[in-house]
This record gives sequence, structure tokens and C-alpha cells, in this order.
Amino acid sequence: MTGDAAPATSVALAMAPRGPRHAMTPVVHRVFAVRHETIDVTTISLEPVTGPRLTFRPGQFNMLSAFGVGESAISVSSAPRDAGPLRHTVRDVGPVTHALCESSVGDLIGVRGPFGSDWQVPGRGERDVVDASDTVVVAGGIGLAPLRGAVDELVARYGEGGGRVFVFVGAREPSQVVFHRDLELWKRSGARVEVTVDRGSPGWSGHVGLVTSLLSSSEFDPSNAKALICGPEIMIRFTARALVDQGVAAGRILVSLERNMQCGLGWCGHCQLGPFLLCRDGPVVAYAGMVSVLLTERER
Amino acid sequence: MTTRHEASDGSTIEPGDVVVLHVQGLEELIASLIDAGFDTRGPSVRNGAIVPGALHGVTDLPKGVHDVQAPGRYRLEHSDDGQLFGWAVGPGSWKAEFFPPSQELWRASPAGDSMVFTEPAPDQRRLAIIGARPCEVAALSVLDRVLANGEHRDPRYVERRDANFVVVVECGRPGATCFCSSMGTGPGIDAGFDVALTEVDDSDGHRFVARPGTQRGADFLSRVTHEESTDRDRGARVAVLERAGVQMGRRLDTEGLASLLARNVEHPHWDEVAERCLSCANCTLVCPTCFCSDVRDTTDLAGDFHRRRTWSSCFDLDHSYLHGGPVRASVSSRYRQWMTHKLSTWWDQFDTSGCVGCGRCVTWCPVGIDITEEVRAIATSDGASRRDVPSVKGAP
Repeated sequence: MTGDAAPATSVALAMAPRGPRHAMTPVVHRVFAVRHETIDVTTISLEPVTGPRLTFRPGQFNMLSAFGVGESAISVSSAPRDAGPLRHTVRDVGPVTHALCESSVGDLIGVRGPFGSDWQVPGRGERDVVDASDTVVVAGGIGLAPLRGAVDELVARYGEGGGRVFVFVGAREPSQVVFHRDLELWKRSGARVEVTVDRGSPGWSGHVGLVTSLLSSSEFDPSNAKALICGPEIMIRFTARALVDQGVAAGRILVSLERNMQCGLGWCGHCQLGPFLLCRDGPVVAYAGMVSVLLTERER
Repeated sequence: MTTRHEASDGSTIEPGDVVVLHVQGLEELIASLIDAGFDTRGPSVRNGAIVPGALHGVTDLPKGVHDVQAPGRYRLEHSDDGQLFGWAVGPGSWKAEFFPPSQELWRASPAGDSMVFTEPAPDQRRLAIIGARPCEVAALSVLDRVLANGEHRDPRYVERRDANFVVVVECGRPGATCFCSSMGTGPGIDAGFDVALTEVDDSDGHRFVARPGTQRGADFLSRVTHEESTDRDRGARVAVLERAGVQMGRRLDTEGLASLLARNVEHPHWDEVAERCLSCANCTLVCPTCFCSDVRDTTDLAGDFHRRRTWSSCFDLDHSYLHGGPVRASVSSRYRQWMTHKLSTWWDQFDTSGCVGCGRCVTWCPVGIDITEEVRAIATSDGASRRDVPSVKGAP
């Protein structure tokens, strides 16, 4: 078997005029700010050590490297309208995400991306025709992170005559709700924002129950609505089904799906879900055809 | 009477021509590739199997060696028939030459307030593979679709492939687990090579019918001792391929196969296979098209970070790990993932079958699970548990 070609001479990329040559080599970023959202969720803001900030569309993800630990696929949680650094909101669930959550201001993080499909929310100046249909956004827990940028754009467009925005957020318990400040801002800007928790806690006076329970009493017009859903797969499954039952067209429901990802480039094979390579064909896919079939089956 | 051209007489061959080489011509072809700076590799006997190895001349070829294959069984037999390519395929595929089992991606050293990345130097070796089988050339073109022809190109893979010279040898002695004729990838071949050889040994003697597939291949053939081919030579090649087609040990009905598997994901047969499958990953390691890889970091004592890419397998529990546990926890779901990917969803992803019919997964399965038999079992009870799915695009 062939091993490596002996790296007799090496390409020192610091010297190379145009940065990394290989798509698997990250761009070094510095942690600019750290914000602990909940007991296990942290938002890290990143600035490139050299070069421009990368551009992205809401819903896309980056591969973030904690050097010496590994790399993990993390969606971008900032909005294209944010003037500030690139934000990623990370839940501490394994060695890489733990290292990312533990990072401090000034630490170095590797970034590759952005990868994958997006929520198809037009950015500023991208389209002259204002879409007046309602948008239903349903997030479960940390699932709000990849939706944050999309909601920001939608709320801004509502202010400019765009369609109404309905945001439904579900969390296990009140302490697990992320982005309180954004939820307030969106509400003040005219979005209908509802939060529900599986279990209440002292002082919680809001909804208790599954996020699907918020949908039927809401005022959105199902016949003229599109939906964006992200959260645990079982929550996506039941939410998408409930929206279809209410009359939302399956093709206008976008869901963000998740699988193990180790490259972001369609090479490593880990992110397969039936016919999809989710890093390439997803993570955002329409809940129609094959996707609705896949979400009724368990891979076991 | 045929015209004999010596290595130095300057006669030219064009793509589309058919000529005849004897062993001396093959020796000269190998030597001229070495002279031109190619790293020549070909079949070699190692640890009781024919695998890719260094090839410096005809004496390195497995003369008179035949392989005997069956589900879960591979043995070499030696004869004095003088055939150089009288075997099918061994456990080592050419994939490893282009997509190494373990490959460093980069090293990073903290430097001041940033990080300096060092990538391995570009691979300068120009590889000539001699004696690849048609199914293996087909497998490389399947891998090309994954690593070279998508939105993202793997530059290391592309470098190695671009510099690659291919001498394919058509299959005259397929194994009992082979089914390339079902997959349309053999035993003959018409494209994807620089030079194609067919080993013929009949009353006219031991020789190779040679066809250049590229101008470069034609140029190399022009430089070696050869003869113009006669009808008898060309007829002998056809006879070899026809005999190989008859000897093909397995067959797979590909008509509607992609859709068959897509609608039978809940078929009870997956659980039946899982009773036998050890989830050992042998099939994925010997498969010439399996491309899954893991990306892993390590830190050395100097404080530098290393990232490597290594082959991985969808039979590993870790392959589908997602915060909290594997998505595909059962052997049944992992076997189903492997086989439906190979024969069905590969079409959706890369517009081709992921299987070339080389039979390695059948031979090297320790319990002899036979992909052609498992397909047959599902086909004969199609719909034991079915779902309605759109037909798979591009598939037959």
C-alpha cells in the first residue's frame, strides 16, 4: 500500500501568496468574543487573523477546528446584516464542541466553509419583488442557531413591506431558551414570537408543551405560507407533518437535517441520508418527495 | 506473413490500431515507461495473494499463477502454462495508489500569534499501472466522479490521476465471484486506458493483442517491438473475451435494481443478512470504489497539530455517530446502507452505479455474504415491506 509521499519539501502556506491550497486546510480565526447562552450552549465570535471575513448565506455551516482535538460542522448563527464578526453557536456534546465552548477570547480556531444549502431567504438588495407570503419559522432548542440569520432578514423585510414572520421556539426548559435578546427584538419589529417549553420552572408563565401545539392556534395563512424548520429530527418530522396537515405545501417547507460530517466537500461519505450527501445536497432541503419519505423511517 | 517492427525502426501506431506484442515487446513497454520516468506498478504475489506492487520487468509478473475464488475463499494455484495475467482480481485495488489508506492533510505549528500550516509536498511520482483489469479502470472512473469531478476537487487525487499511465489487461480468466459483464465494466474495455492488452495463448503462440487508447499510448507502443495484427489475432482476442463472459461466476440483474432497493428499505431480508454479517468492514476495505474517510487530529510532543485522513467504513458504529450515539446502530441498517448506497443511491449522488462487479466483497467476506444473492433474495420477494418512492434518476 502506498503511504504518504515523503514531505521532503513542504509548502509553508504562510508564505504562499493566495492562502491554503487544499480545501481541507482551514483559515485561522481568532476568538473575538464568547457568550454563554445556556449551561451547555456557547456563542463564539470569530475574526480571521488575516484576510477578509468570509461571506455566507443563512442556513449554511462551517467546519470549525479546535486544533489538536478535531473538526466539527457548526452552522453560522450570525446574520448577513450583522456588521460584526462571524458567530457560531455551539452546544457542548463531544470533544470538539467541548473545546470550542471552552475557548477564550484570543484563542485560535480553524474555519473552513461556508458549505451547503441555505434557507433561500433573499438578502438585502437581492430581489426587488417583495414576497408578501407568511413565513413560519419553527426551532427546537439550538435549532434556532442556523435560523437566526434568516429570521433577521425576514423581520427586516417585513419592516419594508414583506410578509409576516411567525417564530415558534421550543426548548426542554426555560433555561435552555437561547437568543432572548433576538426574540425580543424580533417581537418589537413586528414578528409573532411564541416560546414553549417541555417542562416549566418556577417563574415561567409561558407555554408548556410541544412546539407543534403552538401551530394550530396561530394566525398564519397556511395556503400562502412557507416554513423553515430546524431542531431534533423527531421534532422536524412532527412539525413538518403538522404544517402539511394544516395546509402548507410540502414543497414550501424547508428543513435543516444533520448527520456526521468530516469534510463538508462531499468526499468523506459520513453525511449520507438515503440519496443525499447532506453537506452538498443539504443541510437545508425541501420537505417533499424523498425527504418526507426518509423522515417517516428510522435508520435504526 | 506479418510485418515485424523492431523497437527502433520508427514505425508509428495510431489510436484505433491493433498490433501484437510478444513477451519481449511487453518487456520493452515496461522498460520504456521506466525510462520515461514512470513509477511502474503491477500485479505481484504477496502473502498468498496478487496485489499491486513494484514492477520492474516481465519477470516480476505472476507467471503461471491463477486465483481460485469463492464466497469467503481465495487461493493461488501455480501452473506451468506461462500465462502472465491468468487471474482475476486480488484484495488490493488500485484505489490505494490514488486515495491512500492514510494520508496527512496538514501540520500546523503555532507561530507568534497565528498558526503556520504545512501541507505535504505535491506528489511528483508519475504512476504507470500495468495489468489493471477493466473493472478496476471502471472503478477509478467511479472514484473520479467523487473526488475529481464534483464541485470540490481533491487536488492530491487529481494530481495522481492526471499523471497516471494505464495499461489495462482484458480479463481472460474471471473468478467465480466476478460479475463485471452484468455491470457493463468487463471483461473487455474500450476506453479509459492508454494501452489495452489481451493475453492470447493459442496455436499461434503466447502473445498480446495491443490497442492504444490515447496518442500517448500509441507513441509508447510505436517504440516497442510489435507486429501488425492479423484477423486471426483479432479473432483470438474476441474468443478470449467470449470465453471469459461464459466463465463469469456470478451475475446481477441490474434492470430496475436502483428502484428495487429504494422501495425495499424496510424489507425483512436486511435483518436476515444481519444474522450473518459480522460488520467487519472487509467488503468496504477491498471495494475499489468505497471512498468513505475519517478525519482525525493528533498533537505531537513538539506541540504541532497533525490532521490525517484515513479510510473508514459505513460498517463502523462511529461512521454515523451524531451527538449521543450512532444513527445506524444495528448491523441490519449498516448492511442496508452499504448495499443500497452501492447499487441505488450512488446513482442519485454520482449518476453511476457504485458497483463494478469485481466480486471482491463476495470473496473477502469472512462469512461469504454474496451481494448478488442478497439482491436476488430481495428481488424475489419485492414489496415484502415497501415504500412509494420516486424512481432513481439515471439508473437503468
